[in-house]
Amino acid sequence: MTAYDEERLAKLISALRPAPESWVRAAQELPFARRGLDEIVARAEADAAFRERLITDLEGALAAEGYEREPAVLAALRARLTSA
Amino acid sequence: MASTLSDSQLVARCRAGDQAAWSELVERFSRYVYAIAVQAFRLPEADAEDVFQEVFARAYQHLDKLRDDSAVKPWLAQLTRRLCIDRLRASARERPVADEELAAAEPDETLAFLDEALTVHEALAAAPEHCREILDRFFARDESYKTIGAALDLPSGTIASRISRCLGRLKAHLEGRSDGSVPSGDR
Repeated sequence: MTAYDEERLAKLISALRPAPESWVRAAQELPFARRGLDEIVARAEADAAFRERLITDLEGALAAEGYEREPAVLAALRARLTSA
Repeated sequence: MASTLSDSQLVARCRAGDQAAWSELVERFSRYVYAIAVQAFRLPEADAEDVFQEVFARAYQHLDKLRDDSAVKPWLAQLTRRLCIDRLRASARERPVADEELAAAEPDETLAFLDEALTVHEALAAAPEHCREILDRFFARDESYKTIGAALDLPSGTIASRISRCLGRLKAHLEGRSDGSVPSGDR
């Protein structure tokens, strides 16, 4: 069993500071962004050239098509494109 | 209010499409993922944000591949660690890497410390709200006595003693003593 003194407990509580709220909110909203992501992924599956552009330059390809480029959306798309 | 769901219950609900459960899972592990990126791997804020989003995006995408729902914490830790290393390698290709940065890429000691910190935060999450709030505000959010007093409607003079009492209760809880729960009379 680990023994804790107050000083160590204080250090351990301090070690996990809140992540920036906007990051947390973006990650929490991933399920809501899913419909838009589904559309992009479906298009990438149907259009090899679009898929290639997404893989080569995700941000640029999305910007060119007028899609959102929030970090959470980019990360979710990367995850889906690499697992597809 | 702190959730009473275990990690595996939470994962099962996420997998069933429960959006509130997903939101809670992100909340539960957000500090841990953030700390691995910025403390253990010392990523700059912009890189840390990319890693943070990528971790949760992959977790959301691959939750069905998790073989043991109760192992979500080590799974997220490993995912974060791998993405941080990828990020450091990508940076190293763009510019020369200093020795101390390479040394920081082997942060086993810090990771172990953060694991222990998460255990303490889990115990804190199970504590009554008045203890949870005051300890988190003072130690993790660096709030002053004045700010805490105003937020929790407490005289500043009582804050130090309450922090000490709550630390004592948390210690007892972590050390497995039966008097570890904080009675409501401690308010």
